Amino acid sequence: MSSFTDIFHSFDWTETKASIYAKTSQDVEKALFADKRTLDDFKALISPAAAPHLEQMAQISQQLTCKRFGKTIQLYIPLYLSNECNNICTYCGFSYDNPIKRKTLDPIEIMQEVAVIKAMGYDHVLLVTGEAHQTVHVAFFKKVLELIRPHFAHISMEVQPLDLAHYQELTSYGLNTVLVYQETYCQESYKKHHPKGKKSNFQYRLETPDRLGQAGIHKMGLGVLIGLEDWRTDSFFTALHLNYLEKKYWQSKYTLSFPRLRPFYGSLEPKVAINDRELVQLICAYRLFNPEVELAISTRESPNFRNHIIQLGITAMSAGSKTNPGGYAMQLESLEQFEISDERSPEQIARIIEAQGYKCIWKDWDHSLTI
Amino acid sequence: MLKIADKTFHSRLFTGTGKFSSLDLMEEALLASESELITVALKRVDIKNNGQDDLVRYLKYPHMNLLPNTSGVRNATGAIFAAQLARQALETNWIKLEIHPDPKYLMPDPIETLKATEELAKMGFIVLPYIHADPVLCKRLEDAGTAAVMPLGSPIGSNKGLKTIDFLEIIINQSNVPVIIDAGIGSPSDAARAMEIGADAVLVNTAIAVSDNPLQMANAFRLAVEAGRMAFDAKLAKPQTHAAASSPLTSFLDE
Repeated sequence: MSSFTDIFHSFDWTETKASIYAKTSQDVEKALFADKRTLDDFKALISPAAAPHLEQMAQISQQLTCKRFGKTIQLYIPLYLSNECNNICTYCGFSYDNPIKRKTLDPIEIMQEVAVIKAMGYDHVLLVTGEAHQTVHVAFFKKVLELIRPHFAHISMEVQPLDLAHYQELTSYGLNTVLVYQETYCQESYKKHHPKGKKSNFQYRLETPDRLGQAGIHKMGLGVLIGLEDWRTDSFFTALHLNYLEKKYWQSKYTLSFPRLRPFYGSLEPKVAINDRELVQLICAYRLFNPEVELAISTRESPNFRNHIIQLGITAMSAGSKTNPGGYAMQLESLEQFEISDERSPEQIARIIEAQGYKCIWKDWDHSLTI
Repeated sequence: MLKIADKTFHSRLFTGTGKFSSLDLMEEALLASESELITVALKRVDIKNNGQDDLVRYLKYPHMNLLPNTSGVRNATGAIFAAQLARQALETNWIKLEIHPDPKYLMPDPIETLKATEELAKMGFIVLPYIHADPVLCKRLEDAGTAAVMPLGSPIGSNKGLKTIDFLEIIINQSNVPVIIDAGIGSPSDAARAMEIGADAVLVNTAIAVSDNPLQMANAFRLAVEAGRMAFDAKLAKPQTHAAASSPLTSFLDE
């Protein structure tokens, strides 16, 4: 079966980058006024030439989002199950070579975390682990899904890429959504940042969304880690990937994230920084390019940024997150993946969302509807 | 008055509960609309809570009938299961069948919809299926025991109005069950037009919920639907581009 790899290889990183930076104000205006925006329009919208048009982009983004999603924001929370990891990733606190205490939660500990999360009001949960095949494997995921399924309306997962048969199996255990970020579409940088472990296989990761589509996953999430490479070029490839997937796996839903590198124990300085203004540009560009895609923002971002981004195009937010296994019930501080930036409670965030005239959506699915 | 299955409706404006910025605002707008049939997405309802759900609590007025919908399901099996859950949780055998395997454009699946309608009607449900403006499908649904048909005016949420008007007119002309135009109605004038061509009712959600003033917009739609229906009842004159000459071709016969 053909995959995204075929399309991906028809693009050259350097040429693509040059074509984005060559976009002019005229190209941006054409993109702004288009009824239906193409990948080429998207290039213009993420280019430096679009910077002076940011306010107009934000206005259109708000309108399009409101039309599709109404004045609503969905709320979800990550549940870190394990920080064990066999990969070396230069930017991650869980990296194999990082001397931190390792922990995989047992069923009792998982249920303690679930109790805290449920008490906060959550019905959508995102399970997160590192990649450690001896402990955090498909059998483990199945057990966890069995354990927590009765407690959540929607379960997402952000773990290592798996085989098609595994995704099919996990879907039958109640898995709704899988997030798998390419980190970067620049093969050369990818190799540099993932020198060891299964994750160093660029192509296997690149083809993961294809496997998810074939498995009939309800929703999948794409994204890159902003800071590893030129964010504009990486985002173009994300949009290209999304475009391909939507047409081929038309029964799946899609969500995008735009995590920026955050400090952690042993942290790496971002090679390419993106400032707040540019991140807003990127979010709005995604919305203008694709009015139906979900856009999520995590607690990596600052309170001020998050307060203001609510009305600009995003559709989902996490709040009150801990990025270490056992973080909710056991208060262990030493094992986190990255430092979060917005430490406000879900209740506080809900009040801020409502104060802006938006409704919090805590439940948007029901397991009984998955047949 | 409009009759669907065993219920009669004073209002021909049906509404929905999605996309409102708060439950208070939703309540106010739906009251202003005077709508008597309000659709609720089952996926947003806390099913375990047996009607104690937040959303449902705001709709406890004697004139409001809840119409649970199956939004999100991808096939007949899922829809049938959802309908049974809805019956249990919301104590109604009315169901708005929405089967859209395509989450981007939310296009209804005609094959699965027909299958589910057949099954659900047999099980005693009052089925209102959301479908393409396909006249043949409407007849097939009638045979399957549907209580009404809900063809789309244009893509859902698009506010583009009655793009399918030629097909809607055929459906209305030949239907033996009420025809409710669902999806795409973006403005009160679209709603009025739908009523003028003889639709039995319209369902409007996005255009009310995301307007700057949902309460006022709900009012505007209420008036438009009433006006459109009155015009239909009073037999609307056909539009003509120029004045008709008095028998210029056949007048010689009278000479």
